[in-house]
Amino acid sequence: SVSPGDTSVLAGLYGPAEAKVSKELPDRAALEVLLRPKVGLPGVLERSREQLLRQTCEAVVLGVLHPRTAISLVLQVLSDAGSLLSCCLNAACMALLDAGLPLATLFCGVTCALQPDGTILLDPTARQEQEARAILTFAIASSERKVLMATTKGSCSVEEMQQCLATAQRAANTVFQFYRDSVHRRYSKS
Amino acid sequence: LSICSRTVEPLEYYRRFLKENCRPDGRELGEFRTTTVNIGKCLCSITTADGSALVKLGNTTVICGVKAELAAPAVDSANKGYIVPNVELPSLCAERFRSGPPGEEAQAASQFIADVIENSQMIVKEDLCIANGKLAWVLYCDIICLDYDGNLLDASVFALLAALKNVQLPLVAINEETGLSEVNLKQKNPLIIRKHPVATSFAIFDDTLLIVDPTAEEEDLATGTVTIVTDEEGRLCSVHKPGGSPLTGAKLQDCITRAITRHKEVKKLIDKVIKSITPK
Repeated sequence: SVSPGDTSVLAGLYGPAEAKVSKELPDRAALEVLLRPKVGLPGVLERSREQLLRQTCEAVVLGVLHPRTAISLVLQVLSDAGSLLSCCLNAACMALLDAGLPLATLFCGVTCALQPDGTILLDPTARQEQEARAILTFAIASSERKVLMATTKGSCSVEEMQQCLATAQRAANTVFQFYRDSVHRRYSKS
Repeated sequence: LSICSRTVEPLEYYRRFLKENCRPDGRELGEFRTTTVNIGKCLCSITTADGSALVKLGNTTVICGVKAELAAPAVDSANKGYIVPNVELPSLCAERFRSGPPGEEAQAASQFIADVIENSQMIVKEDLCIANGKLAWVLYCDIICLDYDGNLLDASVFALLAALKNVQLPLVAINEETGLSEVNLKQKNPLIIRKHPVATSFAIFDDTLLIVDPTAEEEDLATGTVTIVTDEEGRLCSVHKPGGSPLTGAKLQDCITRAITRHKEVKKLIDKVIKSITPK
């Protein structure tokens, strides 16, 4: 469970387990992501987010090591106070880490909000997201800080996008340090 | 002598072409397929829709029909109308799509189109309001893929833009005494379109190569996709990279520059088509 500020997402990972014959892939693991909103039934927005998360995870998980299996990632939104997608990305990565699945690289989610006056805000709250001109969410890989996933809401100029990307890449360092600390804490107790 | 079969080892087959900087269908890595667009009642043949367009990007065929209906605006935004896009991938367009409830790809595409409309502000919802709190237009935009050969998002955005440019909304007045709306079908005004977003999709091969306008076969072999939506001012309306191989900021910038060039070509095409169907 990951909670930056008040946004809280619970992630559960199951796998690699036996896959249904209709869903299994002959050469790699079949990844499935389910995102459940806090209230209501999952709709088109959740489907689109599931696709983003699934393809991001598929790019990092070494599925070829576990062919004909299924890996299911279930995310439950406990509370939403802004930056939900990056929270889901962080929860997904930590779940993958915790399960001990073979990964090519770690990733973290960072949300940048572009204020009307041009300043960049990281990890905006719901209020700041509403007032912002544009909201950009990136999934940054831990190797060479490359961009794994990018989504934007609202319009911005090309320079502004590059600035947000650079800011997000710098901020990724903090998140990866947090991953290291959490894993350290977990394994130093037992 | 090594024989490389297209069906047995598609990736090796493709790599041979990519080494020579071209693709099996003869295109360069940065070349788009022939784009054709048909707008309007005479050419496009959806006579019951208020606006329609048919776009062909190579073999990928997408048709968009826009229907305008009246409804009461939402309580919390009394001066806004609605735009409801829906992308359908029926089982006739490709064998991977089964009939039944919409699959993930169709839903993700619908959400993408809704985001593009919202981000680019191509139609401002306030323009769709007729009477504050009482009556507003609802535009149902149905985008149906008739033949899927890759690059669905580009074709859908283009079809939507072309169809919306073709929409003529009748003048609606609210009768003061009865409180009912009166629709004047004789007087029609075109929809106010403020921005013209154009999508450009790229496929990432082997983590490094970027190819433009992928076909269905290329999409299956690719390790990732990127879609960039730009408007006429060179502003980014959407950067959509749903996972896939990691890209550096420089490669992303390269995609954006190519997207801006593509925007100019598409805009010229749309303007030419609109001019040819406007009655003189």
